Amino acid sequence: MSTEHVSLTVNGTRRELDVEPRRLLVQALREDLGLTGTHVGCDTTQCGACTVLVDGAAVKSCTILAVQADGRSVTTIEGMAAADGTLHPLQEAFRDQHGLQCGFCTPGMIMAAADLLAHNPDPSDAEIRHGIEGNICRCTGYQNIVAAIRQAAAVTREGTSVQPPATAA
Amino acid sequence: MATDVQDVLGARVKRVEDERFITGRGRYLDDISFPGLAHLAVLRSPFAHANIRSIDTSAARAMPGVLAVITGADIPYNPLPMAWPAGGSSGIRNNVNTPRVLATDGVKWTGEGVAAVVAETVAQAVDALEAIQVDWEPLPAVVDAEEALKPGAPQLHENAPNNVVFEWSVGNAEGTAKAIEEAEVVVRQRLVNQRLIPNPMEVRGDIGRYDPGTDEYTLWFSSQTPHIQRLLVGIFMMGIPENKLRCISPDVGGAFGTKIFCYPDYGLVLFASKLIGGRPVKWVETRRENYVSTIHGRDHITYVEVAGKRDGEVTGLRVKTIANLGGRLSTIGPGIPTTLYGRVLSGCYRIPNVYAEVTGVYTNTAFVDAYRGAGRPEATYVVERAMDLFADEIGMDPAEVRRRNFLPPDAFPYDNPSGLLTAVNGSKVYVDSGNYEPALDKALAIAGYADIGRAKEEARRRGRLLGVGLSSYLEICGVAPSKWIGAVGEGWGAAMWESANIKVHLTGKVVVTMGTQPQGQGHETTYAQIVAHELGVPMEDIVVQHSDTQGTPFGYGSYGSRTSNVGSTAAIKAAAKIRDKARRMAAHMLEASPDDIEIDGAEYRVKGSPDKKKTLQEIAFALDLAFDVPEGMEPYLDETAYHDTPNCTFPFGTHVAIVEIDEATGEVELERYVAVDDVGNKINPMIVEGQLHGGIVQGVGQALWEEAIYDEDGQLLSGSMLDYALPRASWLPTIELDETVTPSPVNPLGVKGVGEAGAIASTAAVANAVIDALSPLGIRHLDMPYTPQKVWRAIQSAKGGQA
Repeated sequence: MSTEHVSLTVNGTRRELDVEPRRLLVQALREDLGLTGTHVGCDTTQCGACTVLVDGAAVKSCTILAVQADGRSVTTIEGMAAADGTLHPLQEAFRDQHGLQCGFCTPGMIMAAADLLAHNPDPSDAEIRHGIEGNICRCTGYQNIVAAIRQAAAVTREGTSVQPPATAA
Repeated sequence: MATDVQDVLGARVKRVEDERFITGRGRYLDDISFPGLAHLAVLRSPFAHANIRSIDTSAARAMPGVLAVITGADIPYNPLPMAWPAGGSSGIRNNVNTPRVLATDGVKWTGEGVAAVVAETVAQAVDALEAIQVDWEPLPAVVDAEEALKPGAPQLHENAPNNVVFEWSVGNAEGTAKAIEEAEVVVRQRLVNQRLIPNPMEVRGDIGRYDPGTDEYTLWFSSQTPHIQRLLVGIFMMGIPENKLRCISPDVGGAFGTKIFCYPDYGLVLFASKLIGGRPVKWVETRRENYVSTIHGRDHITYVEVAGKRDGEVTGLRVKTIANLGGRLSTIGPGIPTTLYGRVLSGCYRIPNVYAEVTGVYTNTAFVDAYRGAGRPEATYVVERAMDLFADEIGMDPAEVRRRNFLPPDAFPYDNPSGLLTAVNGSKVYVDSGNYEPALDKALAIAGYADIGRAKEEARRRGRLLGVGLSSYLEICGVAPSKWIGAVGEGWGAAMWESANIKVHLTGKVVVTMGTQPQGQGHETTYAQIVAHELGVPMEDIVVQHSDTQGTPFGYGSYGSRTSNVGSTAAIKAAAKIRDKARRMAAHMLEASPDDIEIDGAEYRVKGSPDKKKTLQEIAFALDLAFDVPEGMEPYLDETAYHDTPNCTFPFGTHVAIVEIDEATGEVELERYVAVDDVGNKINPMIVEGQLHGGIVQGVGQALWEEAIYDEDGQLLSGSMLDYALPRASWLPTIELDETVTPSPVNPLGVKGVGEAGAIASTAAVANAVIDALSPLGIRHLDMPYTPQKVWRAIQSAKGGQA
């Protein structure tokens, strides 16, 4: 099969790829770029484990083609911590609140939460639960995930300098 | 300070393993790659029941990137082992049929694998599957277990007339028949515990690698039981000595039982690797493949009879269960509806006469095996529905019926008089400890049970039916004493002890190696808490390892909520050996008698001379260099312990669910969920709560949304996440947890285990709540899941309308 050239910014770094047109963004991220933090959990766009930010918006990377990310800016879980390793408030909060058990849904959950908080910095629990409706967790029953997002929202509102990672190109 | 370090046991310590997961640096099976990795895809049957006249692989072989095409005839391995016949070797006949790596005698369920392609890329392998020509001879299929037992039903296996796998019974047949005959009240009900698809977020996958230089194999897989698979895959399936097979589980993204078993793909990737000269071969399921090639759970049809007196005393319980085990048996399929179900049918009650008959059945469906709770959710559902049906019949409050029948606090250790907990070889387990009424009282108080009447009226005014449901559960876990669970007694053809190795290196750093296998339970944290407490070493100096069979003591993995009972005790025993050796070495270093050495955390001091002391690190250093060790003492500080638990452990509690049903649409909303659980002492309360949350939601999922549905031709209609409704965050309330604490005498920590308790209790609580909500309409029972359509139809039917 012939390939297409794709040029995209991933976690702040410009990457150039040659991919088959049918290649999904999640495959390109995991296999071509070695960013295996983004996971594949289903084949019908239900589970959200593959969620990344594309130009700042949460997108299920299993449901867009790599070629559709051409010219865009992608943020994955690997890009959430600061360059010096300081964790994003969402990452800290997931640990503080025991918002993960097996960890498989966690990257997608954090990315979806990042989008949620960027649009709604002070969500109610109901709004949090609605905001992560597109992400399935089988381990936690969601309770501590909601607590984690609530904590991250509070920390962010209190001004602990959390910007969404620099992606809006 | 020693106490600060040791205070971690019982504390809400944040998890050590989180660092890699929250940064996307976990290493799950599909994250692993090697140079030269080839990929394997499996051709799966589109028919539920069919013979294979021929398979033509020639076109597939010629496709781009294809390295090999394999059919069942190419693979010289044995069928997969079945390690838990019902009733062990007690004489009960088990008609055993297990899968082969690829089917050779036709297919018995939609999705059974018949051929495989190995190629350079996944896409090339999948593309080549389509070029394989299979000449199928479709046969009639049967998917319902009761239908499969009837004369004239399609027969799946020659050695299983009427598709019977086994017929097993437990308890006191005569006493129970008499109790039912003589009872003032008998209530009978048919109950379905519907088939579920467990759906861990990470599907299964394997990498197999053959090393031609050493004639040894390595298998990476998302498995709960790496050590056991060396036996099952190596010795039983492949016919190679176990020391030629190394098994490794990387991070496992959830399992809930599905990853305990021996699967065909384990042999397939190893065979494929050898076939292509030793290149590693990877296979990872798609989610849709997971739905047909990884085990399903539950699927019981039960006829229950509950007998008792009008004053509320239950005198007998008789159960007939038909357990659908699928087209072929999974590794421990028969054990789930027998030992882990039948033996706990008296629940937390004093029911003096209990008898159960269980028939295991083959149907043209995917194989069924342990799924979170494994037999105990099924038992709890039967018992707790029975208690409510009985309460309804005699017009008594269901809470009161439970209270009147609870085992009293002085009943323990308890052995049900119907012999439920006695294995065929006479060995027993006893309910370890319990105090059921306080948990019930607490749950009722938190739920506002006394005011439910008013709440129902208020809901009615809003056009909603409100219902409250209880589940007072008792579960058996912490599996298990080897002599009770072993082949002669019960059927599990192996033991269930556990191992722990502790090494204290010369720097004072500690490595704990466990034979258990986490899939999200936080073992790297909980074991570190235990060993920090036992040795006085800070948690940050402890590393917990597991999952690689190379050079590590054998262990039985993690399932059945066994790790905190069996694994922890093995770790404590190993730590005690470390302390004992360190004490004797300290005595030598300090020129004192070992009896004069007192241990304070990691400090070993001469009594009365506090400045004559050595730290554990100094002792480890001295033992490593071995310049001067006592006569007869071996160098190094490295101790292994094996622990065989003397008993199982028995968590319990009462859960209360409150639902509201919209009469117009049939939609059920879970308004409140209250859980009061007693899991004994807790290693890490934060982790315990997480286990309860997750288990509860899985059980709620069964009650309200989940069902694996086959059509009459054996096609799995709920074939993807599009059609199988997994619980979502916005569908659930905030779960309210509370506790009582009744330590277990079975282990030094006093823990009972918690991994499955939530899932064991919750389905019944929600079911009872829904039925309670519908009961004013005269509805006495309805099978799950309580989807809007099902509830709406029941309401219409009850009102005499068109359903």
